[in-house]
Amino acid sequence: MLGTYFTFPELLIWLPLVAGIAAFFMKNARVVKTWSLIAVLGVLAVSLIGLCYADGNAYPTYNQVSYYWLKYLGNSFHLNLNKTGHLLSLLTALGFLFIFLYSWKEEREKPHAFYGLMLLAQAGIMGVFSAVDALVFYFFWELALIPVYFLCSFWGGEKRIQTTFKFFIYTFVGSLLMLTGILYIYYHTQGRVFSDGTQAAHSFALNAFQYANLTPAEQGCLFWLFLAAFGVKMPIFPLHTWQPGTYDQSPTPVTMVLSGLMVKMGLFGLIRWLLPVLPEASAKYADIVIGLSVFGIIYASLIALVQDNLKKLVAYSSIAHIGLMAAALFARNDLSINGAILQMFNHGINIIGLWIIIGIIERKTGTKKISALGGLATKAPTLTIFMVVIALANIALPLTNAFVGEFMMFSGLFIYSKWFAAVAGIGIILAAAYTLNMIRNVFYGNVKPAVEGVTDIVFHEKLVLAIIVIVVLVMGVYPQPIIDFINNTPARP
Amino acid sequence: MDKNLLIGLIPLLPLIGFLITGIGRNVLPKGVAATIACGTILASFIISFIMFRMVVANGAINATYFPFIELQTFQLAFEFKIDQLTSLFLLVITGIGFLIHVYSASYMHEENAKDFSKYFSYLNLFVFSMLLLVMGGNFVVMFIGWEGVGLCSYLLIGYWYKNQDYTSAAKKAFVMNRIGDLGFLLAIFWFIAKVGSVNFDVVFSAESIKLLSTTDITGITLLLFVGATGKSAQLPLYTWLPDAMAGPTPVSALIHAATMVTAGIYMIARSNVLFSMAPITMHVILIIGMATMLLAASIALKQNDIKKVLAYSTVSQLGYMFIALGVGAYTAAVFHVITHAFFKALLFLGSGSVIHAMGGEQDMRNMGGLKRYMAITHLTMLIGCLAIAGMPPFAGFFSKDEILANAYAASPVFWSLGVLGAMMTAFYMFRLYAMTFHGSFRGTEDQQKHLHESPMAITLPLMILAILSIVGGFIGIPEVFAHGAHWLSSFLQPVFAPSAPFIAKHTISHNTEYILMAISVGLALTAIIIAWNKYKNWSKQSDIPNTGIGKVLENKWYVDELYQNIIIKPVNSIAKLFNNVIESKAIDGMVNGIGSLVHYGSRQLRWLQSGQVGAYVLLMVIGILAFFIIQLFL
Repeated sequence: MLGTYFTFPELLIWLPLVAGIAAFFMKNARVVKTWSLIAVLGVLAVSLIGLCYADGNAYPTYNQVSYYWLKYLGNSFHLNLNKTGHLLSLLTALGFLFIFLYSWKEEREKPHAFYGLMLLAQAGIMGVFSAVDALVFYFFWELALIPVYFLCSFWGGEKRIQTTFKFFIYTFVGSLLMLTGILYIYYHTQGRVFSDGTQAAHSFALNAFQYANLTPAEQGCLFWLFLAAFGVKMPIFPLHTWQPGTYDQSPTPVTMVLSGLMVKMGLFGLIRWLLPVLPEASAKYADIVIGLSVFGIIYASLIALVQDNLKKLVAYSSIAHIGLMAAALFARNDLSINGAILQMFNHGINIIGLWIIIGIIERKTGTKKISALGGLATKAPTLTIFMVVIALANIALPLTNAFVGEFMMFSGLFIYSKWFAAVAGIGIILAAAYTLNMIRNVFYGNVKPAVEGVTDIVFHEKLVLAIIVIVVLVMGVYPQPIIDFINNTPARP
Repeated sequence: MDKNLLIGLIPLLPLIGFLITGIGRNVLPKGVAATIACGTILASFIISFIMFRMVVANGAINATYFPFIELQTFQLAFEFKIDQLTSLFLLVITGIGFLIHVYSASYMHEENAKDFSKYFSYLNLFVFSMLLLVMGGNFVVMFIGWEGVGLCSYLLIGYWYKNQDYTSAAKKAFVMNRIGDLGFLLAIFWFIAKVGSVNFDVVFSAESIKLLSTTDITGITLLLFVGATGKSAQLPLYTWLPDAMAGPTPVSALIHAATMVTAGIYMIARSNVLFSMAPITMHVILIIGMATMLLAASIALKQNDIKKVLAYSTVSQLGYMFIALGVGAYTAAVFHVITHAFFKALLFLGSGSVIHAMGGEQDMRNMGGLKRYMAITHLTMLIGCLAIAGMPPFAGFFSKDEILANAYAASPVFWSLGVLGAMMTAFYMFRLYAMTFHGSFRGTEDQQKHLHESPMAITLPLMILAILSIVGGFIGIPEVFAHGAHWLSSFLQPVFAPSAPFIAKHTISHNTEYILMAISVGLALTAIIIAWNKYKNWSKQSDIPNTGIGKVLENKWYVDELYQNIIIKPVNSIAKLFNNVIESKAIDGMVNGIGSLVHYGSRQLRWLQSGQVGAYVLLMVIGILAFFIIQLFL
């Protein structure tokens, strides 16, 4: 049946899409939560099974599908899940499971709309990771973002409207620039003939884009158009200022989607679209992008050092981490690119873990101000242990997952340029400083008034954090299977 | 038994101990937790001893387990290498580690069962990491242990987490270590970029070294040395070690004296071939080692906290080891690591016994006359003091003498500075000894009533370490006393042989060596006598506030204040500038400007404006669709 009627990318998109639409019609909070949890478990199951059949050469029909859609434009609804896509789909599936487990006991208004939109966002993200037609890619890119705008503006914090507006402007300007770029390339592609004989003058297909007839000057301009969209999403300095505010004001589950999963859309866009479609321009401007990213690492880490808002601290920390991934991707060697792909997965797991803990702290104490917190270790020892492990992963301590990714990325970056690697390396010192500062101020010391009534975490919270910690450690000790998985070139003898 | 499994068990057993005591901390009674923790280390020690015997008989052993990070262009496996150098470190780590575990079981008995288990789990985790560090067959496995010991040090310094000063000291230790770690990491990346491997056998082979230019070698070795200054508390990164004394005393003995801080020496000894080929780096090491040794010794002269004296003494003794490395005397450095591990563990554990008896008091001004109450502690501490002061025939004499002789061969100036340091060492140690154990008791009456000799679990490790501090030096009897009696030198010969061609050999005549020995011992003895006379009847009346240089020393040369002003404050100011000005005014100001422009525009288009973002989205989508429709007709 698989391959004939359904393929993995379709299942991964349709399952959350249908489940999300259905969720809108459920009135009972309990029912909609259960329904959503079952849906993401289903997605996770599909994703896990998909890993076994991820080899595109051995199972081409399982991972690829193409429908006619706007034929006269040279467009088709073409999905093809590659290895990186599979890994990131797994991350998305896992991420949503963690998020729904975390919010199991949370009460909010209009739960049916909330969960429905969340599932729609998941469908959109899955689409981004599998689209190989530029128009379909753009479609899913927006499909993933639109639910998030609604989620932020309806369920967010006090300043949600203002923040969402900024987020909206940033991402939409980026998206439109990308759309301009897509159309420009489209008009420079070869014609296309469909199997039913329809002819189109141009094509939106990824492989047509790769052979588009572009002069170096055109490539240069297009490069910046695409980078605007991907750079806002990741974000790269100085396109990042929407992010701390949005992470701060969004409801925690949405922040997790944004920081753990949606930032990967930008990085994935680099890997699948920008670098292959515009290789010369990517090489030409690599130094500038790496320079910006490396500066962004130091810049964001320094700001994290003086943050008193827990959520913003994590937001800036994430900007620094993403900066390293962007730099590694543009270093364009074996170690750096594989490291960045691996780290995209790891970062997603770790940062969702961090948000879960911060969400719990905020819910229990009613504050996210570091200076108002203190002594949580006395009141919630189990939470503290989880936090310490995840914080250590955040600073890439060996035998946690992040070390492997960062090690590979730094090695690759060093091969590209010693100096970029050395300056970026200062980030790992700063990361230790701000992370341990935060641990010290929030968890250690005497119990402050805000922490007085806190109780330790309960079963569903322990469960989700335990799963995260296990993933952190397993991926840190024995990452080789995943490295083999993403390493697309043929297996070693 | 399978060789790989046996080797693997050495670190695995402490790891299992960590998991059991860590996960079971809420249910395990104290006795069980202590037994598991001590038992796993004892078992590791026994296996280490078997491995030592195998290495003596057959030479180095390699064990590869599983691929860690492997791509087409780069291979990295999880592998161990046990050669002569490693086998010695294994014995020291597990041997002294075991004694300190036993000691801890008694020392920490007042903690509640949960914290007690937590303490032992951290201690086991530390031993596991330290074992990885010395057993690693490549730089990455070594680095895993390297950061692991840093983590355990952090956890144990901040063990009493409710005290903000302690947790702050813990954080300082970790961050300063990280600065060094960055150097280490960059060196590893440099190997990857140039040689394509981090395996010791590969990178130190002649073929790989051919791939490295002189600049590469100098750069790599300097970066490795930066790593060493962090972990081994050398200038400019030493200030975390004295603060690390916030941890429980057995931790100070194990981590901050006997084992972890020697990691830098181990790393350089391990990479001796490269270092010997980098004369610039060797000079840097020599100068930094010398400066650290003198600076720390001078600070120790004026400290009143018994643990602080020992902490600065540790920094200073590590300086000696770096002096040895700097002149290419690798065997002497490793020799001093071993003897220092014996007597410094002894001194710390002895001071712990004193602090225990004094009910937590650490200020020597409130001690005095403890000899009458604590016979075993007193005697063993005396042995430790004599050993560190370099009195023959105690262990410290042999190793320090070997360093000094090598320093003299390089230049008499280095030797004289080394002897100056030795005099200061003798002085501050006997100041500590006299103030603690002699004169009249200066504490409170409550404390006096409480004074007692510590139980067997504490005194037995002290006695064993005292014996080792007496006989430990005989593994390296100098050539002048008996030809070919330097067992250590011949044992380590295979490790250091490859670097021999690059090190200039100076020999000094036997007569000169005797004279040098006599001078250094004589001067140290003089220092002991001066200290003894000055402090044997010290009383609070004779405590006059320090002025001039004394005040500078008491305040540790104001180095912490200096760092605060030239590094931490500027970094914070830049961070605040970024946060308050650039982030919110410059970048965001621009974006908000554009934003309000859009706002303005939409106000003009009132009929479109509903205030809902959804409406904007809808408009966008309509716009895009319109765009396509227009395209169709073009």
